[in-house]
Amino acid sequence: MHDVDLKQFKFQGQEHEAIPGLTALEKADQEQLLMAGVVSDETNRSASYLQMDHSAVHCRSHNEDVEIMDIKDALKKYDGLKDYFWTLVDKDKDDYTRSAAENLHGGYFIRVKAGAKVEQPIQSCLMLKAEQVGQNVHNIVIIEEGAEAHVITGCSVAHGTNAGAHLGISEFFVEKNASLTFTMVHNWGDHVAVRPRSAGIVKEGGKFLSNYVLLKPVQDLQMYPSIRMVGEDSVARFNSVIVAPEGSYLDMGNRVTMEAPNTRCEIIARTISTGGTIINRGHIGGHAMPAKGHLECQGLILGNGRIHAIPELDGSLEGVELSHEASVGKIAQEEIEYLMARGLDEDEATSTIVRGFLNTDIMGLPEVLTRAIDKQIEELQASGAM
Amino acid sequence: MLKIENLHVEIDGREVLKGIDLEINEGETFILFGPNGSGKTSLLMTLMGFSGYEVTKGSIFFNGKDITHAPTYERARLGIGMSFQRPPTIHGLRTRHLVQMCAREREVDVDEMARKVNFDHFLERDINAGFSGGEIKRSELLQLMAQNPRLVLFDEPESGVDLENMQLVGKVARSILDGDVQPRADLSMKEQKAQKRRTSGLIITHTGYILDYVNADRGQVLYNGHLCCEARPRDILEHIQEYGYQECVKCLN
Repeated sequence: MHDVDLKQFKFQGQEHEAIPGLTALEKADQEQLLMAGVVSDETNRSASYLQMDHSAVHCRSHNEDVEIMDIKDALKKYDGLKDYFWTLVDKDKDDYTRSAAENLHGGYFIRVKAGAKVEQPIQSCLMLKAEQVGQNVHNIVIIEEGAEAHVITGCSVAHGTNAGAHLGISEFFVEKNASLTFTMVHNWGDHVAVRPRSAGIVKEGGKFLSNYVLLKPVQDLQMYPSIRMVGEDSVARFNSVIVAPEGSYLDMGNRVTMEAPNTRCEIIARTISTGGTIINRGHIGGHAMPAKGHLECQGLILGNGRIHAIPELDGSLEGVELSHEASVGKIAQEEIEYLMARGLDEDEATSTIVRGFLNTDIMGLPEVLTRAIDKQIEELQASGAM
Repeated sequence: MLKIENLHVEIDGREVLKGIDLEINEGETFILFGPNGSGKTSLLMTLMGFSGYEVTKGSIFFNGKDITHAPTYERARLGIGMSFQRPPTIHGLRTRHLVQMCAREREVDVDEMARKVNFDHFLERDINAGFSGGEIKRSELLQLMAQNPRLVLFDEPESGVDLENMQLVGKVARSILDGDVQPRADLSMKEQKAQKRRTSGLIITHTGYILDYVNADRGQVLYNGHLCCEARPRDILEHIQEYGYQECVKCLN
């Protein structure tokens, strides 16, 4: 595991004034946010939150069933959020959790009220604006009983910002019969170090669908969100689409434990290295029965690069059904030739297959985000990286 | 249209086609018989220009152009289309998108074409993902319809297809070869046919079921890398059904 030297970064003094709305940001920064799935026109969003360096600069809900605020305010309002704050992630896990515990800069608190079916996504953005800034955030998402919501979190550097460190604690609570779709898009830079520490809990009949998209370079990212399915009939699904260009070092994956009967989970990661390193982890534990889990780590190396897939299955009693498929390779010649027999030249065939590999249809994302992802893939292909 | 001269092909240094001469004219449908392992699929793969099939001698001409060493996509663009027996699944590539790409710049109504092969419900699925034998055939035919080739290479249209699908596959294969001619007020069907260019076909068959549907003009047996016994396809089929490929051995020796 790589360590990040936190002393290199400025964890003090990068406060910003509040802004009335996301449209008040510079155009170039709005563009950066868009690439991370966050739209500055808030009319199609139930709520928006923006953390810039050390300040929550904007926070507004457009839906009375969605409570959204700076975590610092939530801690005051809810008496320290005792049932939630630091209950899933260990404060003393490592230097990064300790940094976030000792010097909290902000983060979002999102609560969707019981029974509410929130149609428009809730969006949040964690942005690094100042050069060489270090950001500590702590996010809490609570989807109360029977509620449904889609949270899109875009993490991004501002236009022109190169270096920084983002340390983010996230704790997710999916209550009985609730449903959370959580989509995270990373749009970092060449010299950004990222250490999210995330955990979630899914109760009876709950659904946790997680999407992760990373198509931009990032120097060093390490994350391993861990979800416990503690309620019967709960479902969890993780889909990731990841590209690591030269210079990126990614150590990432998902861990899910099924601890109640009739639980189902699926982890699917599609990774491409065009020169970077990807450690693609996955762990499914089956500790109640019946429980069914499937893990897929598919990796393509285009040109140079390294992909190290580590799929793990841990079943501890009769009746669990766990399976995995992992591959690290190149594009199959057979697929290229099939498309060439339809009249596509080799470059067209290759780019068609890569686009299919990175397809995000299954995530059910808003159109504007799908377009932003398509644009990034187009740029990657135009640059000749793949 | 297609002219093959003294074609020798090796796979991994082993000769699989040993001097093939074959000419298929415009609009002609040619049937290729032969036991398993005789080189039929290899011939089709070589005509399409796939890697692993090394032409060591001889030439392939298509409409007068030497395509012996042309890349696959160029052959496709010149008008050679192939129906695959076991096409690969391509994740994230929707059937609709591929059919659209098959048509290249031409305008096509993908939905309308898909309805003709009873495949409209599959357009949003990833290509070949979990397709049954019959579904693969319908998908391949749909792609060929969009591609609108001058010569169709069809590897065992009946394999893995149930009776109901066979009828559909047979009819569509025929319409690709002969053109889909419907009665019209302004033009007799005879006149329509005269105007239409016909597509040539090279079809591999084991069972001969496809002969119930397409208008086969000529046929030949491929045996151990050699072509022999040119005859009317139905006669060849009847002979093989009665005597097997024994006679081919005699013939070639």
